Amino acid sequence: MKFEYAPAPESRAIVDIASSYGLFVDGAFTSGSGSSFKTINPATEEVLAEVAEADAADVDRAVKAARRAYTRVWSRMSGAERGKYLFRIARIIAERSRELAVLESIDNGKPIKESRDVDIPTAAAHFFYYAGWADKLEYALPGNGHSGADPQPLGVAAQVIPWNFPFLMLAWKIAPALATGNTVVLKPAETTPLTALLFAEICQQADLPPGVVNIVTGAGETGRALVEHPDVDKVAFTGSTDVGRAIARSVAGSRKKVTLELGGKAANIVFDDAPVDQAVEGIVNGIFFNQGHVCCAGSRLLVQESVAEEVVERLKRRMATLRVGDPLDKNTDVGAINSAEQLQRIRELAEIGDAEGAERWTEPCELPDHGFWFAPTIFTGVSQAHRIAREEIFGPVLSILTFRTPQEAVAKANNTPYGLSAGIWSDKGSRILWVANQLRAGVVWANTFNRFDPASPFGGYQESGYGREGGRHGLEGYIK
Amino acid sequence: MSRLDVKKTYKLYVGGAFPRSESGRTFVVEDAKGRFLANASLASRKDARDAVKAARSAFGGWSSRTAYNRGQVVYRIAEVLEGRREQFEAELRATEGITAAKARTYVDASVDRLVWYAGWADKLAQVVGGANPVAGPYFNHSTPEPTGVVAVVAPRGPLLGLVSVVAPVITTGNTCVVIASEEHPLTAITLAEVMATSDVPGGVVNVLTGKRAEIAPWLASHADVNALDLTGVDDPELATSVEQAAAGTLKRVRRPAEEDLLAPPPLDRMTDFLETKTVWHPMGI
Amino acid sequence: MTITPSTATALSDAVASDSALRGFLHGLPGVDQVGAEQRAAALGTRSIKTTAKAWALDLAVSMVDLTTLEGNDTPGKVRTLAAKAMRPDPTDPGCPATAAVCVYGDLVGVAKETLGTSGVKVASVATAFPAGRVPLEVKLADVRDAVAAGADEIDMVIDRGAFLAGRYLEVYEEIVATKAACGQGDRRAHLKVILETGELQTYDNVRRASWLGMLAGGDFIKTSTGKVQPAATMPVTLVMLEAVRDFRETTGTQIGVKPAGGIRTAKDAIKYLVMVNEVAGEDWLHPDWFRFGASTLLNDLLMQRQKLATGHYSGPDYVTLD
Repeated sequence: MKFEYAPAPESRAIVDIASSYGLFVDGAFTSGSGSSFKTINPATEEVLAEVAEADAADVDRAVKAARRAYTRVWSRMSGAERGKYLFRIARIIAERSRELAVLESIDNGKPIKESRDVDIPTAAAHFFYYAGWADKLEYALPGNGHSGADPQPLGVAAQVIPWNFPFLMLAWKIAPALATGNTVVLKPAETTPLTALLFAEICQQADLPPGVVNIVTGAGETGRALVEHPDVDKVAFTGSTDVGRAIARSVAGSRKKVTLELGGKAANIVFDDAPVDQAVEGIVNGIFFNQGHVCCAGSRLLVQESVAEEVVERLKRRMATLRVGDPLDKNTDVGAINSAEQLQRIRELAEIGDAEGAERWTEPCELPDHGFWFAPTIFTGVSQAHRIAREEIFGPVLSILTFRTPQEAVAKANNTPYGLSAGIWSDKGSRILWVANQLRAGVVWANTFNRFDPASPFGGYQESGYGREGGRHGLEGYIK
Repeated sequence: MSRLDVKKTYKLYVGGAFPRSESGRTFVVEDAKGRFLANASLASRKDARDAVKAARSAFGGWSSRTAYNRGQVVYRIAEVLEGRREQFEAELRATEGITAAKARTYVDASVDRLVWYAGWADKLAQVVGGANPVAGPYFNHSTPEPTGVVAVVAPRGPLLGLVSVVAPVITTGNTCVVIASEEHPLTAITLAEVMATSDVPGGVVNVLTGKRAEIAPWLASHADVNALDLTGVDDPELATSVEQAAAGTLKRVRRPAEEDLLAPPPLDRMTDFLETKTVWHPMGI
Repeated sequence: MTITPSTATALSDAVASDSALRGFLHGLPGVDQVGAEQRAAALGTRSIKTTAKAWALDLAVSMVDLTTLEGNDTPGKVRTLAAKAMRPDPTDPGCPATAAVCVYGDLVGVAKETLGTSGVKVASVATAFPAGRVPLEVKLADVRDAVAAGADEIDMVIDRGAFLAGRYLEVYEEIVATKAACGQGDRRAHLKVILETGELQTYDNVRRASWLGMLAGGDFIKTSTGKVQPAATMPVTLVMLEAVRDFRETTGTQIGVKPAGGIRTAKDAIKYLVMVNEVAGEDWLHPDWFRFGASTLLNDLLMQRQKLATGHYSGPDYVTLD
């Protein structure tokens, strides 16, 4: 008998998308002096809104507002009071969580179950977590040459975030910055500006002093103007390694403190003694969570040769139950690719995988006619020499390699310029700890994958960037 | 008849050995009064390359030693330095033209600095790492780990300057390539002799003498270097250009800043060259 | 442990000795508790609406082993239950019958007589249910009596004491003997092996006990007696569904799964069906392969059916109390 799940769409009625949006500067929405761009629903290609594209003058206005708010209000306020604002924001996010989740899924294409169960609650938790730090900063940096003195904020933080977790990345950036007494100018990604603009409204509801948070929308040029603005003290960026490089170059010789959270090509290592059903879940979650638009995605599966065939069979069987389609359907597991451009990149790299002789297997599923879609795909017979084993695809494409011994697994896992995350699956405790110790990655998930928590530091080695977000470590990038 | 001194040839310190520069070049080092002191090796980009290679090969072994053992090795450097303090005091007076008292202060501070760092080796992880109370059934723990090969441009202070930048880097398990003070390279090589006899494995510390502006850019752009300490770069343009070069592989960069080397060092001398690794594991039955 | 068809022949060796059996069971892949519970919880978030819900509710009704296992059970109580099993909703002839009624052995005759040729099976608990703490001969006599009285299905309990003490072969041989006592050929009663997972405590044990039950010839593996807390849970059932899926993959033989105890709402039942669908596969979406051991569940299923049919919520006065 076939169990057909009827459509179970989450209602869109809870969101109210305006036809156009301005910038949020100095506590108010203002029109930009530059042009505008459209943000679309990647699942339907429907235009959602026209959004102002901030030019250098707009960015300057926002930085000035942030500087004013820093000097006059925020840096003078007690930590306890700052914390109370953040607690308030955390609560309002929770109150408006369904609205934020639906809006996120519409603008980004991610399944509602993820925006509802992961993105938005984790974002609220992040504000709640850092709220509590605001009046405890003297405990944040043990003995860092500031004994006796409270750590000081840096000033104005320029923050540029990506489109894969628009609201969650906003929380990762804004919460620690505000807790430590900095003010913020944040640029959301051009394909996913809407939840950041809704956050501006939340700041208003929280009565946050004007200028403490400013949101400037736009694309690369806006981001560059923000990062390169001379009155910025801090740059925090999450996004591609190439842009991260450009930022690192542009701030050279300046006083700007920088944290970068960039790309990855994480190895997910499955040993022959793995709890295999959970490992398969971890593989699926590792690469198909959020359509694989995850910098820490487990995009390289390293499976011990003796169980490779079995694991791949189990993986295929599991993949056949993944439901691809309408992001707002509560049963959707894999949503839309965020943009035509990203879809193009995924296709190109997958074709390179074919051309290089890897064997492609795609989940048999129907894809919608409109919008940007890429069915969950695995490549077997991949070696370290394949481009799909080295380059970040940032899509639902898994490269599968094999290894024979723990040493070989570690050597292959570390054989990449990246070093953001890694996974280990084994029932042997001492082996897990040995491998975790050997891996050059900032986050190691053993017998689990893609877990995030405000209390847990996140960030990479080498070309995956520097600095950590989350936990006590996440404060370090915002204080001196 | 008076006896003729046997003079030391000052070479580079790479991979635990003391080679001459592959380029065959030297430069004249004068004393504080402008008199000839010695010909120092003028390191080339290829020497820098060899030094990075040595540092990289030493990294696996050094970083996987126990913290306790690294602490002992750093302490051993202090011991040997203490035993050769007269030599260093004499050298400092000759090269810098400082008083005996001043020279003693620097040697004292250098020995004490090494002892201070030696004690940090097995304590830092407890201070900057720890358990993270995540909202779920997970063991979650963060530990500091060495970032890898650190290229260091040492500041002017011939002995204390060098100790101040090298000790924090190696105590935590990194290996390094140091460009010694361009003005006072000789003491760096003498200190290298101390390291070579202090159980510091070859390649953990590599010392190049020569021109900052010539070598630093090669280290900054070298893909197998993980971090840069620009403490000794006093030319802002050079600092900016090497920081730009470092962006190519996203090296961690410690920018030059005013620092009183005699004051207790900040913890970020170590933490700037550490990665935080966070490990998750479910807790279940 | 790699489970592939090539290992199928090795399965007979697995039960050749106590040490071989231990080696086999302990060689099964481990179950990570947190991961298994997360997977079960995630499956529980599926949203089953409208047509899918109607279909699932009917399927769930048809999978119920309507159960009464109390010391105060009487022939009258069992007759009422049997009537309910045949016609769960007297107002709706389209409502399917339940799969079976499940009673103690002494009431099998009464149940059989009432159910007649309705097609609703009689399941009997046996082997000194629920503790099973009597000599094997007594257990087997219990089984033979129930079968002789007309039981179509026997729900046996494994010796959890022996299992936890590591005497796997003993548990195995007892199941084999019980199966033999179920009769021969067409008249053989189907054997459901109750693992009493609440006493096994770990998912690793659940997986091992599942394989033990299957290797010994159980037709079904069943979570619980209902007399021990926790009874059926989603993650325990998940592990058992994985076991029957893997067993079929290995041997070609399909085994059924029966969570019993603690499933009281239609919403929960639908979560289980989602899990059956996505873990074992649609081949198990049939009363021959999946059952709910339950009593109060049935009325909630019926009320939900009525809600779907009428568009408004039903109440307990509109379903029969039995």
